[in-house]
Amino acid sequence: MVSTEKLAAAESAWLSFSVNGRAVDVSVPGTRRLSRVLRDDLGLTGTKVGCDAGDCGACTVLLNGEAVCACLVAAGQAAGCEITTVEGLASRSPLQGRLQQSFLAHGAAQCGACTPGMLVAATALLEKNSSPNEAEVSDAIGGVLCRCTGYRKIVHAIMGAGEKVADKVSPAAGVAVGARLVRLDGTKKVAGTEIFGADETPAGTLGVRVIRSPHHRASFQFGDLDQFVAAHPGIVLVLTARDVPGTDCYGVIPRFADQPVFAHGEARFRGEAVAAVVGETDALEALNPAKFPVRWEELPALKTIEDALAADAPRIHAHREQNVLVRGRVVCGEVEKALAEADFVAEGEYETGFVEHAYIEPEAGFARRVGDAIEIQACTQSPYMDRADIAKILGIAPENVRIIPSAVGGGFGSKLDLSVQPFVALAAWKLGRPVRMVYSRTESIMSTTKRHPARMRLRAAATREGKLTALDFSADFNTGAYSSWGPTVAGRVPVHASGPYVVPNYRALTRAVHTNIVPSGAFRGFGVPQAAIAQEQLYDELAERVGIDPLEFRILNALENQNATVTGQVLGEGVGIRSCFEALRPRWKSARAEAAAFNTESSGPLRRGVGVAGMWYGCGNTSLPNPSTIRIGLKHDGRIALHQGAVDIGQGSNTIVTQICADAMLVPVAQFDLVSGDTAISPDCGKTSASRQTFVTGKAAHMAASKLRTAILKMAGACECATIEFGEGAVIVTENEKRTVLSLSHLPIDEHGYVITCEATFDPPTSPLDENGQGSPYAVFGFGAHLAELEVDMELGTVRVIQITAAHDVGRAINPTLIEGQIEGGVAQGLGMALMEEFFPGKGENLHDYLIPTVGDVPEVESILIEYPSPIGPFGAKGIGEQSVIPTAPAILNAIYDAAGVRIRRVPATPDRVRAAILAGQKLSQDQNQNQRRRTGVSVLHEATGGARG
Amino acid sequence: MERHFGGPIPLYLKPKTIDEAVSLLASPGGQILAGGTDFYPALGERLPEGRVVDITGVSELRGISSDSEHIRIGGLTTWSEVIRTPLPRCFDALKAAAREVGSVQIQNRGTVAGNLCNASPAADGVPPLLALDADVELASAAGRRCMPLSDFLAGNRKTLRRADEILAAVLVPRRMENAASAFLKLGARRYLVISISMVAAVVQVDGGRVAEARVAVGSCSAKAQRLQDLEKQLAGLPAIAGIGGAVKADHLQELSPINDVRATADYRRDASLTLVKRALEQCVRSN
Repeated sequence: MVSTEKLAAAESAWLSFSVNGRAVDVSVPGTRRLSRVLRDDLGLTGTKVGCDAGDCGACTVLLNGEAVCACLVAAGQAAGCEITTVEGLASRSPLQGRLQQSFLAHGAAQCGACTPGMLVAATALLEKNSSPNEAEVSDAIGGVLCRCTGYRKIVHAIMGAGEKVADKVSPAAGVAVGARLVRLDGTKKVAGTEIFGADETPAGTLGVRVIRSPHHRASFQFGDLDQFVAAHPGIVLVLTARDVPGTDCYGVIPRFADQPVFAHGEARFRGEAVAAVVGETDALEALNPAKFPVRWEELPALKTIEDALAADAPRIHAHREQNVLVRGRVVCGEVEKALAEADFVAEGEYETGFVEHAYIEPEAGFARRVGDAIEIQACTQSPYMDRADIAKILGIAPENVRIIPSAVGGGFGSKLDLSVQPFVALAAWKLGRPVRMVYSRTESIMSTTKRHPARMRLRAAATREGKLTALDFSADFNTGAYSSWGPTVAGRVPVHASGPYVVPNYRALTRAVHTNIVPSGAFRGFGVPQAAIAQEQLYDELAERVGIDPLEFRILNALENQNATVTGQVLGEGVGIRSCFEALRPRWKSARAEAAAFNTESSGPLRRGVGVAGMWYGCGNTSLPNPSTIRIGLKHDGRIALHQGAVDIGQGSNTIVTQICADAMLVPVAQFDLVSGDTAISPDCGKTSASRQTFVTGKAAHMAASKLRTAILKMAGACECATIEFGEGAVIVTENEKRTVLSLSHLPIDEHGYVITCEATFDPPTSPLDENGQGSPYAVFGFGAHLAELEVDMELGTVRVIQITAAHDVGRAINPTLIEGQIEGGVAQGLGMALMEEFFPGKGENLHDYLIPTVGDVPEVESILIEYPSPIGPFGAKGIGEQSVIPTAPAILNAIYDAAGVRIRRVPATPDRVRAAILAGQKLSQDQNQNQRRRTGVSVLHEATGGARG
Repeated sequence: MERHFGGPIPLYLKPKTIDEAVSLLASPGGQILAGGTDFYPALGERLPEGRVVDITGVSELRGISSDSEHIRIGGLTTWSEVIRTPLPRCFDALKAAAREVGSVQIQNRGTVAGNLCNASPAADGVPPLLALDADVELASAAGRRCMPLSDFLAGNRKTLRRADEILAAVLVPRRMENAASAFLKLGARRYLVISISMVAAVVQVDGGRVAEARVAVGSCSAKAQRLQDLEKQLAGLPAIAGIGGAVKADHLQELSPINDVRATADYRRDASLTLVKRALEQCVRSN
């Protein structure tokens, strides 16, 4: 006996369920993922898809009140159920409105891609338990990954959801800078209405599936592609290298551009595109890419730096000798002499692996052809760079390419490079129909850039008083198959590898080395986090040899205003690193005492330790122009249009730049209307990268807003001391008692549609570096130091970080909540790099083999904001985006040494590596004891920690 | 009411009774869909092929019940239901494992039977059920058969389930209901993590001594293993702190751990030794 439901299923599958309290019927295959039904069939795009495997929780919805991953629920299983998505939360109960407000007030949403999943998972908890404790909150959101916030603000927001949040009043004129203003784009993020790369699908849109190399290196030949298209109804086009009308060679740094849209006869890395299949969504879904007519011949691949540098290694790019893409060099003083004459020398070799950005939003977007122009709406960190490369690829003028940045669900450097854009652009250009593409998580991990693996060798020297005298640093970076940001990494690292210290004799040499691996590119810090892992650990060793406390060693050597850096630059003002270290001193002392007490009292396998590390990081491009232009316009209605072209990838530029403008004009924040970074309507604010947006775009905004203020005052015939207020269609200028009302409605408008338009461009003043890397590479540096407290399980090698205390000199904290968000998020990524994150090419292209920290891994972060104003930055502000990630990993590694007595020179410090080091240390210690016993005939006690200093 | 039209209809079948379900599976080419937490990740971007038999509508496969001899866990019982259901003390390890399965979202959907049938070497549910001496009951159009879980699991992602069979229930004998039990999972992060190693222990104490002990280790061989030599060694020992000292490296020789992205084989062996000791200590401590 077979039920009628079977028959119904075979013939038609009308499924009925309730979504957000509304009854719906959909006709879909019963096995279709609920996430897809919600997004594609019902248009409820608030539910995000991050992995399609239950690994990230972004698609969490309530199914009859229980949190589930919608990507793992069959449509047929939802039949008859009540489903609640983020869009339905606000109307579900008053509690939910409060939860969303609490997220905003706490700064718990950054990019917003995990926010819907977080809110829904929190709702499932709060409906059962209205005042949960921290452990209960962690359990509830443990299945939702966040890559931006470091989770603490999310936990606090959920725990605080029961409290009534006072309505935040937008700051009055003149007090925006320094205010904890709620992010201006936050409401859309907590409501699920923000439009990310995958959230819009124009009518009649076709899809793309890219055929990628399954081998690290392979030659290939296509079969009959026309026949393939003919044999697959719904497939309309196959694109290959021959279909690229312009120059099939792109790259973020034009001088090094070397990447084709589709490989030409030989794929240089696993994941490289060779063809793209364009067609109707259903036809693409049914396509088995393994059946695509291409014949692969696997070729021997160069996978490691050693392979690529071998004398007989073939060249990956014919014009790059020894497979070296580029070299970096900074030299000052006489490093060999200083090392030879030093009282103490420490040396070591360090290694890091590939790290994946793992933003929650995979790359996505669509293109459409409009006459002779192409429009691309996609997630990106760099609209104008995309425009230049797409123009080159299509062989059209940049003015005929319009890039409309969608909201970006996390970038961290990887969305500076092109991803979906060339594929959708080529297909839409050729077909005249909109074409859309959404990367799967696997595709994203396979084909987009990674943090460069580094192999580093260092020697450092100090006097017996503890003064640093020399650092000799050399590093090779695995830059993968194409240039991407390899030159930037190789160039930035030598400038920064000294750390924020006075190092009179210095030599730093780097190479970016090509291999047959997915390109390494930009990732929060451009190689500097890797260098800091080596240098900050080595300085700890040096301090130990000298016999100085590690924090005091750093304070003794900290760079000051009048000191020359290793590039010979004297900053003169705004060098706050010493203050950062000094701010950590009280916690350092108490934490060390607490750890020592714990280790004395505890007889179990746990050992506590404390570590510290410092950081400096230049804001903006290294010795290269990187201007930002801000346009600001007074509208007829008295409101101000702010063309804010600095793409907000969650870090907060929409809010920060507006706060700067408001205070530069001395008018309220609420007066501004944000205009996006659409290249058709806003000038170029450069890329969201290099910690430059607060500094560079913020400065341009300050200048443009000041101009507008001056122009308005001039129009009113008032002096600089006058106040500006706004009425309906009018500006009111008051000078002393004199009140001038400027009625705007009858005034003419300019080409931009404004009564007054002001533009300003700022390009940070730098100077080129000479052949020894001497010069002024950055106008502004950010400084910081982290203190890590942790616990090592000596028997298992596991590490639990208890707290991070982070002191950062941010010049001026434009928005302390957003800065804390950057710090906490940076700490989480630094912790991941230190303890768990490593991508093995060809293995684990998913988020259950590639691990990023969950809410259960990231500790409380105490941020200490120090304000040594930059003489150049807006209101003295400096960058914070990358600065925040750099010191965490070395601080953790130094704390592991303090706790366990082992140096982990190969990150991540996974449990097996830590345990192996502990065992090796114990063995060494035993051998030494035996030798000593043999020599002296007396027995020697083991060290209490059981660990020799490895 | 709104109506929305989508794509073509594949063969998706949702039986309401076990008889319907097994009759649908009787002809070749059908695959079972239950909690979906392994089904969909394995699909990736592909569509399912053939007939998909969604058994989540079969209510008799749900829930936990008991008779005089067994506690019966219906195959469709989710991990959240395992956590919520009051169960005897020897199930503490299983409940602890249930809390470690993926995340709340996975626990709400993933089923006990799915965890066993997927037969991952790192399946969280397997060591506790091995330590509980569980049997599995398989249903097909030909009838029902039972076998020990340790036999049912045949290797890495291999079981003795025939394609026409449904894992209807897990049967746990009630012989050691009041035994203490513990489960320890070791991963490189908290939540949503595949184990590097995990250990379940069930220890029955009588008159201050170990009457019977069962210890199982997962993620360290193609399928989770009971440590039989150790179990024999433990019987009769005083159930007091320090019992972990009885565990020697040799007791873990049956394991055959591998090197993978999560850890080295050597580490797995070494860490498992520690976890076994700790699990036993935890059991005697709670006595």
